[in-house]
Amino acid sequence: MLEQIIFILAFISAFGLFFFRLYRIYRYIKTARPLKLKYRFKRIIRLLKIAIAQSKVFKNPLVGILHAFIFWGFIIINIEMLEIVIDGVFGTHRSLAFLGGIYPLLISVFEFFAVAVIFACVIFLFRRNALKLKRFWNKEMTTWPRTDANIILIIEIMLMCSILTVNAADSVLASRGHPHYPDVGAFLVTGLIQPLFTGMSDSSLVFLERFAWWFHIIGVLIFLNYITFSKHLHILFSFFNIYFTKFDPSGKMMNMPSVTNEVKLMLNPSAEVPQPSAEAEAGLFGAKDSQYLYWKNLLDAFSCTECGRCTAACPANITGKKLSPRKIIMDLRDRVEETGSKVLKQGKNFDDGKDLLSLISPDELWACTTCNACIEECPVNIDPVAVILDLRRYLVLEKGLAPGQLNAMFANIENNGAPWQYSAEDRLLWTENLSFKTK
Amino acid sequence: MENNPLKVPVMAELHAQDKTPEYLFWVGCAGAYDDRYKKVTRAFSKILLHLNIDFAILGNEERCTGDPARRAGNEMLFQMMALMNIEILNSYNIKKIITICPHCYNVFKNEYPELGGKYEVIHHTQFLRQMIDQEKIKVENDGYVNKMITYHDPCYMGRANEDYESAREIIKELGADLIEMRRNKSSALCCGAGGGQMFKEAEEGDKEIFIERTEEALETKAEMIASSCPFCMTMITDGLKYKNKEEEIFNYDVVELLANSMGL
Repeated sequence: MLEQIIFILAFISAFGLFFFRLYRIYRYIKTARPLKLKYRFKRIIRLLKIAIAQSKVFKNPLVGILHAFIFWGFIIINIEMLEIVIDGVFGTHRSLAFLGGIYPLLISVFEFFAVAVIFACVIFLFRRNALKLKRFWNKEMTTWPRTDANIILIIEIMLMCSILTVNAADSVLASRGHPHYPDVGAFLVTGLIQPLFTGMSDSSLVFLERFAWWFHIIGVLIFLNYITFSKHLHILFSFFNIYFTKFDPSGKMMNMPSVTNEVKLMLNPSAEVPQPSAEAEAGLFGAKDSQYLYWKNLLDAFSCTECGRCTAACPANITGKKLSPRKIIMDLRDRVEETGSKVLKQGKNFDDGKDLLSLISPDELWACTTCNACIEECPVNIDPVAVILDLRRYLVLEKGLAPGQLNAMFANIENNGAPWQYSAEDRLLWTENLSFKTK
Repeated sequence: MENNPLKVPVMAELHAQDKTPEYLFWVGCAGAYDDRYKKVTRAFSKILLHLNIDFAILGNEERCTGDPARRAGNEMLFQMMALMNIEILNSYNIKKIITICPHCYNVFKNEYPELGGKYEVIHHTQFLRQMIDQEKIKVENDGYVNKMITYHDPCYMGRANEDYESAREIIKELGADLIEMRRNKSSALCCGAGGGQMFKEAEEGDKEIFIERTEEALETKAEMIASSCPFCMTMITDGLKYKNKEEEIFNYDVVELLANSMGL
């Protein structure tokens, strides 16, 4: 009875904290500018393709299959969580065993995935720490992001080991006819590792089974809350992020209607333009901080798992420039964790002496070629270019801080209608001295 | 018509005769002013004239689309250019635009509609591919048969607008051997000129992007590097000079190769 009460309390408080934190993140994301997205059936199809079928992770088939083991393992093994919860609440044991012959088959599938997850996690730890794959060691991968990654992989290995221990100890007890452990059939993996446990007494096996069972469930509840502060939040947020991605070609930049009105008035002072919206009046041109971006940009930041595929494909980063698209997104998330509560309490115009540009330097922003390789590579459809461009807009429109050569280009366009210093009168010179055969 | 001996039709003149051509050929700033890219403009015009396409250019009335300003953060200047261009385009009742620049293509196709400029936009590689498919263009000599050609994807045709094949189809039509670089199509490396970089020095780093990309092209051992963007043309040409390869390896726009093979 005591065990049941502890279980119920632990379960409710862990999920309570988890949803409280998620609601907080949701409110943080809502501090950014609104953006209306249309529902489209296409969104569901794309979600199935990119999230469930993992199409973008499979670009590298070897890594794709390892990641898929962990992802599909996570989804499938969660069915076993259902049984653990029922057993925990009612003090039962193997409550789903009534399913009969299909039950050992089901547990065997879970066990297959548990082993696959351990296998994948070990290889991933090896790739990170021994092979030192470059994208896991870029400058922005400081101590915390690297530790975070290792913690996640190690916890996953421990959770899988504990569930295998439960099954192994349990099946040995069952084979001895222990009254609390009904024989429900042989399991795929623990059937093989049983010999390790056969030398133990009944009481130590019961202790081991209980210990591993509690270790697993408490581990899961702690992990659940840990991920909300970790890059591992992608297991949840990437679904939303993929679902809400725009369908426009990636070359299309977000328009600024407030500027259109100004320009219309400039070109024709008597033009009729709509009254500026309250939001446009309060806002500024471009973004200097998270609350001036769109909510999708903030969702991007919380969906990032810092894999660095974007940075590994970035031409600026490849050639040694400071820009790293991953860093832009990581900085944004760090900043939202600060600005979120401040905007909620003090409103958009709060002042804490900092902004997003305290974290991201102009050198980084001006190195982007807008080639979209980062967007293309991201397995969860994050768009770092949109953030870079909105920060550039702020630097230019609000601060007049473009690099000198770009200011010269602006002046040429304004005066000559071309980015170079040529006269419009010379636009036909290319047609001179040219001959060709007619049909 | 003194300074227009090729007899490339100009929109204002046709308008004066009450004529509205089917296509506007948007030359672009590089196409009009850049000495190297002018050759591309000429090659494409020759094909248009050869095929008797009903088209015209804006000539002196053409202005920058505003793309480099927008990507460099100057939304105000971009929208000024866009609204002025749209006014001219709409006053001539233009419905279809062919452009030889992927950046102009992208802006017309994706960004002008929101500002009131809705056109059917065609990149020259797409137009030429249509003409080949309709058998209006026939390759007349075998100058490029079995030549090893690699193709560099412009970001704004490739990833930005997902057309990887139009230019490749043209190269195949020439009978050439198309060899791919290590990073190609959706994972192609940028030439380094987009996003306003064309007009400024690169930020501090270990290497120039155009050198990295040129080296990748040279790795293929191709005899020619083809592309379909004026900025890529400049960058790769600079890269070849930097590697002292400009005498051995040549850098062309696909339309130049096609015009040559048509004997124009």
